[in-house]
Amino acid sequence: MDDMYREIILDHYKNPSYKGELDPCDLSFEDENPLCGDHLKIFLRVNENGIVTDARFNGHGCAISQASADLVVESIIGKNVEDLKKMTKEDVLDLLGFEDLGPVRLKCALLSLKVLKGGIYGVKDAEE
Amino acid sequence: MSLSNILQDFPILNQIDKNGKRLCFLDSAATSQKPETVIEAMNHYYRTINANIHRGIYQIAEEATDAYEKSRKKIQKFIHAGSASEIIFTRNTTESINLVANTWGRKNLQKGDLVILSEMEHHANLIPWQILATNQGINLEFIPVLENGLLNLTEYKRLLGLQPKIVCVSGMSNVLGTVPPIKQMAVDAHKAGALFLVDGAQMAPHMKVDVQDIDADFFAFSAHKMLGPTGIGILYGKEALLESMPPFLGGGDMISKVYLRSFTTNDLPYKFEAGTPAIAEAIGFGAAIDYLNQVGMDAISKHEMEITRYAIQKLQKVPGLKIIGPTDGFRGSAVSFTLDYAHPHDVAQILDSEFICVRAGHHCAMPLHTRFSVPATTRASFYLYNTLDEVDRLITGLEKVHHLFG
Repeated sequence: MDDMYREIILDHYKNPSYKGELDPCDLSFEDENPLCGDHLKIFLRVNENGIVTDARFNGHGCAISQASADLVVESIIGKNVEDLKKMTKEDVLDLLGFEDLGPVRLKCALLSLKVLKGGIYGVKDAEE
Repeated sequence: MSLSNILQDFPILNQIDKNGKRLCFLDSAATSQKPETVIEAMNHYYRTINANIHRGIYQIAEEATDAYEKSRKKIQKFIHAGSASEIIFTRNTTESINLVANTWGRKNLQKGDLVILSEMEHHANLIPWQILATNQGINLEFIPVLENGLLNLTEYKRLLGLQPKIVCVSGMSNVLGTVPPIKQMAVDAHKAGALFLVDGAQMAPHMKVDVQDIDADFFAFSAHKMLGPTGIGILYGKEALLESMPPFLGGGDMISKVYLRSFTTNDLPYKFEAGTPAIAEAIGFGAAIDYLNQVGMDAISKHEMEITRYAIQKLQKVPGLKIIGPTDGFRGSAVSFTLDYAHPHDVAQILDSEFICVRAGHHCAMPLHTRFSVPATTRASFYLYNTLDEVDRLITGLEKVHHLFG
C-alpha cells in the first residue's frame, strides 16, 4: 500500500489549491464520515447558466479524503451543475489515479463526492 | 515460564510478510492474540466432547459440562470472587453491562435517580445508561477527565454528594491508559450509598484483579482481550445483588419450573444464562486463564509497564507527536497519540505497510475524543507478547510517516 501515497496524493494533501471558503457563495454543503470523524464542506459559485464559476472545500480528514476533495473541486469548476450529478466513483478514482481502493479507504476517497451529490440533490429538492 | 519465549506460543505472531517482516501486533486493546493452548482447547472440545451441557446423561455431555464449569471456577479464582455462582457467562463486557442496566437498573432506578459515569468511558459503559436515561428518566453525571488524562477526583467527591444510586467506571481506559484508583473510589461510592460497577475490559487482561478487595458490586470483562476467544465474557456480581435482580434473557437453562403462563428462575449463575451458551469459548477462556496464570499477572504487568515506559519515552521524541493520556506513573499499556502533520488513518496505513497493526479512530470513545478536541487518534497497545524491538519498529514506521507528511 506504499503506492497509496504517491506524489499526486501528497501534493494535493499538503498544498491544496482549492482549500478555503467562498463568501458569498451560491451553494454550500457539508457532511462527515462518522467512523473516522472526517468532516468536509464544499462551497460553490454558480452563474445564471448553471455553470460552476468557482469552488472551494474546507474541513479535516486523512490524505486520501483531502486530496480527493481538492481534485474533485478542481475538476468541477467550469462544469454545469446538472453534469455533476453524473459523476461516479470511477471518476473520483481516476482523478486520484487509483484503480481500486480497499472498502475502508474508498469511503475516504468518496467523501467529497458524497458531499457534492448530497448538496446538489438537496438543493434541487428544495427548489422543486 | 519466561516471557522471552512466549512468542512461539502464538501461531499468528510468527507470520512473515512478503518483505520478510514478522507480524507486529500493537492492537491488543482491541483484541488480543490467542496462544496455541486456547485454540487447541476449543478444537479438543469440538473434536472429542461436543455435546450440549447441563442435560445430557451420556459421557461426553458430562465431560462437556465438567469442562464448562471448570472454566467458571478458574475465572472465579482468577478474579478472587467468593463463589462460582457469582460468575455469569455473557457474550462480552458490553452484554454484561447491559445485563446490569436492564435488570438491576430497571428494577431499582426511577425517574430522577442519578448514575455517575466518567468522561473516558467506552461506549459499552455509556450507551446502556443513556438508554435507561431515555426510557426511565434517570440522570447521568460524568466525572471529568483532566488534561493529563487522570480523573478529576475532587469533582467525583462533589458528584457523590448528589446521592447517586450507582457509579460505573472503567478500571483502565482503552484510550488514555489511565488507571483510576477504583478501590478508593468504591469506598467513597459505598459511603455515599451507591453501588460500584467496574468496566474491567482493559483491566482484567493486564493486572491482578481482586473483586473482593476492590469491593466491586459488579465487574465486567471479556475473554477475547485476555488471550481467550471472542463471544464470551463475564459479569461478576455480589451474590445477594444477583439474587435480588430479575432475570435478563428468558429461555432454556435459566428456568427451574415452567408452566404455560409462568416460570420460576433457576439458581445462580444459571438464572442469567439463557439458552445454549458459548461452550467451546468458555472452555477456551479457561485455557486462557491457565496460560495467564502460568506466566503470572504480576510478571505481565511488569513487562507491559517496561514496554509502555520505553514506548512513551521514544514516542515523545517523534516530531509533532502528542500523547493523549498520562505520560508517567502507573498506567495501562494503551498509548494514544496525534501527529500534527498526519491523520491517524494515514499513520495506520503506512504502519500497515511495515506489517505493524495499530488502531486509528475514536476507539469507541467519541465523547473522550471530543473532550480532547481531536477527531481521532492513533493507538498502540501492548501485551505480554510484545517486545522492545517492536516499539523500535513502531518508531521507525513513524519516522517514515514524518518523512512522507512532515
